[in-house]
Amino acid sequence: MSFVTNYKYKFLGGFAAVALSAPLAAQQPEKLEPGTMTARMAACTACHGAQGRAGPDGYYPRIAGKPAEYLYNQLVYFRAGQRQYRPMQNLLENMSDDYLRQIAAWFADQHPPYPEPKPSRLPAATLERGRLLVQEGDRARGVPACVACHGQALSGVLPAVPALLGLPHDYLSSQFGAWTNGLRKAIAPDCMADIARRLTPEDVSAVAGWLSSQRVREAVPAASLPAPLPMECGSQVHVGGRP
Amino acid sequence: MSRRGFLLGAIMVAVAAVGAVFWMGHREYEAPGQQAATVDAAQLVEHGRYLARMGNCAGCHTAPGGAAYAGGRALATPFGTFYGPNLTPDPQHGLGNWSADDFWRALHQGKGADGTLLYPAFPYPSYRHVSRADADALFAYLRSLPPSAQANRPHDLAFPYDQRWLVAVWRAFYFRPGSDEPPPRESSEAWLRGRYLVQGLAHCAECHTPRNRLGAMAQEAGLAGSLIGGQSWYAPPLTGDRVTGLGDWTRQDIVDLLKTGIARRSHASGPMAEAVHQGFQYASDADLEAMATYLKSLPAVGTDSEAVSAAASSAVMDTGGRLYEQHCAQCHAADGQGSQPAWPPLAGNISVVAASPDNTIHMVLSGGFSPVTAGNPQPHGMPPFGQALGDQDVAAVVSYIRQSWGNQASAVSLPEVRRVREAVR
Repeated sequence: MSFVTNYKYKFLGGFAAVALSAPLAAQQPEKLEPGTMTARMAACTACHGAQGRAGPDGYYPRIAGKPAEYLYNQLVYFRAGQRQYRPMQNLLENMSDDYLRQIAAWFADQHPPYPEPKPSRLPAATLERGRLLVQEGDRARGVPACVACHGQALSGVLPAVPALLGLPHDYLSSQFGAWTNGLRKAIAPDCMADIARRLTPEDVSAVAGWLSSQRVREAVPAASLPAPLPMECGSQVHVGGRP
Repeated sequence: MSRRGFLLGAIMVAVAAVGAVFWMGHREYEAPGQQAATVDAAQLVEHGRYLARMGNCAGCHTAPGGAAYAGGRALATPFGTFYGPNLTPDPQHGLGNWSADDFWRALHQGKGADGTLLYPAFPYPSYRHVSRADADALFAYLRSLPPSAQANRPHDLAFPYDQRWLVAVWRAFYFRPGSDEPPPRESSEAWLRGRYLVQGLAHCAECHTPRNRLGAMAQEAGLAGSLIGGQSWYAPPLTGDRVTGLGDWTRQDIVDLLKTGIARRSHASGPMAEAVHQGFQYASDADLEAMATYLKSLPAVGTDSEAVSAAASSAVMDTGGRLYEQHCAQCHAADGQGSQPAWPPLAGNISVVAASPDNTIHMVLSGGFSPVTAGNPQPHGMPPFGQALGDQDVAAVVSYIRQSWGNQASAVSLPEVRRVREAVR
């Protein structure tokens, strides 16, 4: 599937894609003990997989092991409608900040094994273009390298930069769509929205293809970056979801 | 009578009728009364904050993630979407130029400071019961908020409901300003206080009382349960009916639900979860006890017999039972008893056995967490099954739930599932 079709499929076509995805709640294996976080989070793991290891269908991302501040920010954004996905908003509407922090911390502490990455079906030249963008960026267009913020191992950086490996192609590419059309917003300056607008659909497909086919080397986020951020990012500076 | 005379007569009758409707739609019964002598200003503001929570004013006047009481929250109704206006003291967009009298008039007469007739989506048919002292406290609290220059978003209503002048006609037929309460049957202080809160600020009737096609509450039906138009949630009866209402609930059960969101017999979900999360959890025990006292005094009104139905086919029950075993029994247990306080029982749960299947279908499709409250700070979540189960399966499993363990509510049809799915999308 080309990026453009895929992009339309996920965004312009609304949520039909989700309705079509594989049965999710069917994969509830373990016995739930009431009063444990595992049991409390059954509503989350129904789609995001046990411990948040990712859904089976290539859309619901892994949330396990992401930085707690990153996850907390996303929960706040979903609750406030800055990130738009109706099922998430429904689940979060009557939650306190405290509980969102606990939920974020719990998923940040989960470290289920990563599955083997799926090899990309994109041509080698496209993947190479993706690798270049990830590792070098494109100075001429003001696109920083992914590794400059997300860490050399792309495993994320504390407090709030997420890992980029171990995520499905569809999820990655549709986030760029969401940033471009305003369905996903972060605290200003919203660096990822700026970057997304500088990329072409072909760039996005190449980056998503390369990232989604890499094996995860570092399972936990890096403590810090070797150099200052190349761009100003609101959500990295104002941790806690609000400026 | 000559033809001209007849015409003249008809015109005079028409003019008189329009005049009468205009007068009835605009009349005011009570004078605002005296603003109470200012007590302690800070105390007044604090009391107002308490009352604003009790009434969940933020439920319409604070947008998700938006500035407090700056408006913009959408309220879906069968007539279109209303957007709660800005209540902060901003002079241009908020209530900055309002007086306490104006505010009282809005609550009691349903009019803006400039005399604009307000749509009854603002529940003044309930708020007309709010005392002058409480209205003043609420107003003082709103005045204490930081002003927000957020412009009001125009309502998005279908024709003819977007014609505001028609509100006068609606009012002429359906709105009687002022208090018209019958004399109390009981008069304990708690009962009176409970009635004052239930009928007034808590505006329970706005969801729990049936409405006619023009959205007017059928007052004579009391709190007999109603579908919440435009939202596919059903507000169950609060009357003394034993199966479908609060007849078998204790006062403590009611207090538990309002305070913590979870009670022995049911958990709050949908709009009630919000009312608890944003409002009732902060109410004093005395006020919650008072509301429970009043509610427990309401007689049964016959909703139980309306909610009993013929058995579903055995094929539906077989399919539903298999799906229940696979997806639901893990938490709600094979005998439908759940595992409190984590997972509510489905047997005898008023959200399940109601005349309307909407709540159960809604929960199966969307899932949800009980509201976070001080009494239940880490609620358990129900997964959304809307993506995993097709309409046929949802109909089967909800039919099974509504007809097992002694539950005798109607089986669910495909169109009912489709209607709810449309609303939750």
